[in-house]
Amino acid sequence: MTRSPLIQLQDVAKTLGANRVLDGVNLSIYRGEITAIIGKSGSGKSVLLKHVIGLLEPDGGAILFDGRLRAAMTPAERKALRSKFSYVFQDTALFDFMNVYENVALPLKERNALSPDEVNRRVRDKLHQLDLHDVEQKYPAQLSGGMKKRVALARALVTDPEIVLFDEPTTGLDPIRKNAVHSMILDYQRRFGFTGVVVSHEIPDIFFISQRVAMLDEGRIVFEGGPDEIQEATAPEVKNFIQGLESPRDDLTGIASQSIGQNRLLQEMSRLQRYQIPFSIVLLAMDNLEDVDRIAGHVVGQTVFKVFANHVTQSTYITDTCFRFDINKILVVLPDTNEDQARDFCRKLARTMRSHALFGSIESVKGFCYSVSAGVAQAQQGIGLDELIAAAGQTQAMFYECRN
Amino acid sequence: MAMLVTLKSPIAAIGREVLDFTQHLGRLFLFFMWGFVLIFQPPFQFDKIRQQIYFIGMKSVFVICLTGAFSGMVLGLQGYYALVKYGSTAALGSAVALSLVREMGPVLTAIMVIARAGSSMTAEIGIMRISEQIDALRTMDINPMRFLVSPRIAAALICFPLLTALFDVVGLYGGYLSGSALLGLNPAFYFARAQSSVEMSDIIGGFIKSIVFAVVVVTVCCFQGYYTHTRAEFGAKGVSISTTSAVVISCVLVLITDYVLTTFLL
Repeated sequence: MTRSPLIQLQDVAKTLGANRVLDGVNLSIYRGEITAIIGKSGSGKSVLLKHVIGLLEPDGGAILFDGRLRAAMTPAERKALRSKFSYVFQDTALFDFMNVYENVALPLKERNALSPDEVNRRVRDKLHQLDLHDVEQKYPAQLSGGMKKRVALARALVTDPEIVLFDEPTTGLDPIRKNAVHSMILDYQRRFGFTGVVVSHEIPDIFFISQRVAMLDEGRIVFEGGPDEIQEATAPEVKNFIQGLESPRDDLTGIASQSIGQNRLLQEMSRLQRYQIPFSIVLLAMDNLEDVDRIAGHVVGQTVFKVFANHVTQSTYITDTCFRFDINKILVVLPDTNEDQARDFCRKLARTMRSHALFGSIESVKGFCYSVSAGVAQAQQGIGLDELIAAAGQTQAMFYECRN
Repeated sequence: MAMLVTLKSPIAAIGREVLDFTQHLGRLFLFFMWGFVLIFQPPFQFDKIRQQIYFIGMKSVFVICLTGAFSGMVLGLQGYYALVKYGSTAALGSAVALSLVREMGPVLTAIMVIARAGSSMTAEIGIMRISEQIDALRTMDINPMRFLVSPRIAAALICFPLLTALFDVVGLYGGYLSGSALLGLNPAFYFARAQSSVEMSDIIGGFIKSIVFAVVVVTVCCFQGYYTHTRAEFGAKGVSISTTSAVVISCVLVLITDYVLTTFLL
């Protein structure tokens, strides 16, 4: 694969105040793709984005467009280059003294290349496409956060840019609006074919709309590759970051809490409805947990469950979510997975559990017995979550047993 | 050696201050020139200049009339009681007209416009800066200097002389009100002396002053707003301090340049 990148950052360094924000960033952005930049807050993602568009100049290193050095361009060339860009600001940066219509019309008006009628037509088109025609006379301060984001998006897209940079387009939005913004980006990217760079915290959602992912940490790119590759990444900073973001863990079990799991299920459901991306769930139950509690005490029971949860976590991918569904049940959400693949997951899990003595010395205690059963179901459109979980419960079959 | 350093340090401090000050003036000058040149870059921003003229000029008319009238009235009052001792109250017209046209008109107009329009210029541009709206302009390939600063410079250059003229005229009638209508000086004397003593050079001098003040005020106020993000304070605090210093610095600079200009014009 010898594609040449559209934008290339080579050893870009930037010091702001006493902070070395970027410390030799190497990144390639390819034409027609969406590149996601992820990383901790304050790791310099926005600063990186501002270097791409030229709001900030690097202290060291080079930025190339189509193989040409930006620093060596003439002012006219730079101007031509800048007109290909659009930028969606983190907190929208709408002109608060202008109404929605004027905000969206401004970049077209100021370019002076179009007749007033043409400007009017394009602005109304864009407002209509983004469902903003009802509010075109309102001022940004009168709009909700989600609407402001859409106005910012309209303003960025009205010039038909070749490259659009998004600085955390979904921060502060509810899950449904988040999905809407993501699908809007994806939809527009497919329709207009622009090159996108998205700075985001929305993991794993961002992986579904991007072709490339780069992770910024301590001023350097620590990972660059496809969204599938990042799930298998072994570098601890990448793994920790992604899992850490995915699920603030329940201290007791070491897995995600129930509310996070429920949220995740809702997200997957809306993704299924929107993009027809399938997902499956696996319901794992520890059948004799009460017996364990009774024989060895509650603390041992909890420990047993925790170790079991740990095993389940280890056999999942980064983008999978497992959470405690009930006192003795764990629900695993497997995105982008059909029923057969989910069964494979169960078989793999059973194999690992058999090959490791699960609880070491506890298992040899007389009378200690427990078994694990699993039920699998694939989500279908039009079937609710409760029915899905019930379906998984019906297919439940024992797959591991330990009896002394 | 240490002694030498101790002896030198106050002088070095003075030098540093002077250098800082000179640098700051240089930056202000470049800022103005940049904004001024961009006024003439086609296409001409007629609409924006018109809006600014409305904001800086039209909306100041009331306040200028009010201050002009009372300044003229107080001049008439003070002048009358000063002149009556020498029995030369007929000279009141000259006294009021000359002090208005040469000094009070340009200076007080500038100070009133600083209070009314200058401070809001700084606050408006400062808020646009801290909420990234100026960066947003740049990402849209719109030159923020041309978009925000140039129309204000053009409008100020047009409005200041006109407002000064208005101030002078209203002030002259204010002097008439207190001197003639209230204290009984013959109005014919008042207007005849005003007319005969004011030369064209006085009027031109007043206009030169008002144009220089326009440059000073608009540059300082826009500059403070435009670079509000370089302050140690951030956000709303930064904007408030920028606005305060814009008002203080431009008032002080107006009075200093007034003295300097007067020495040249007299």
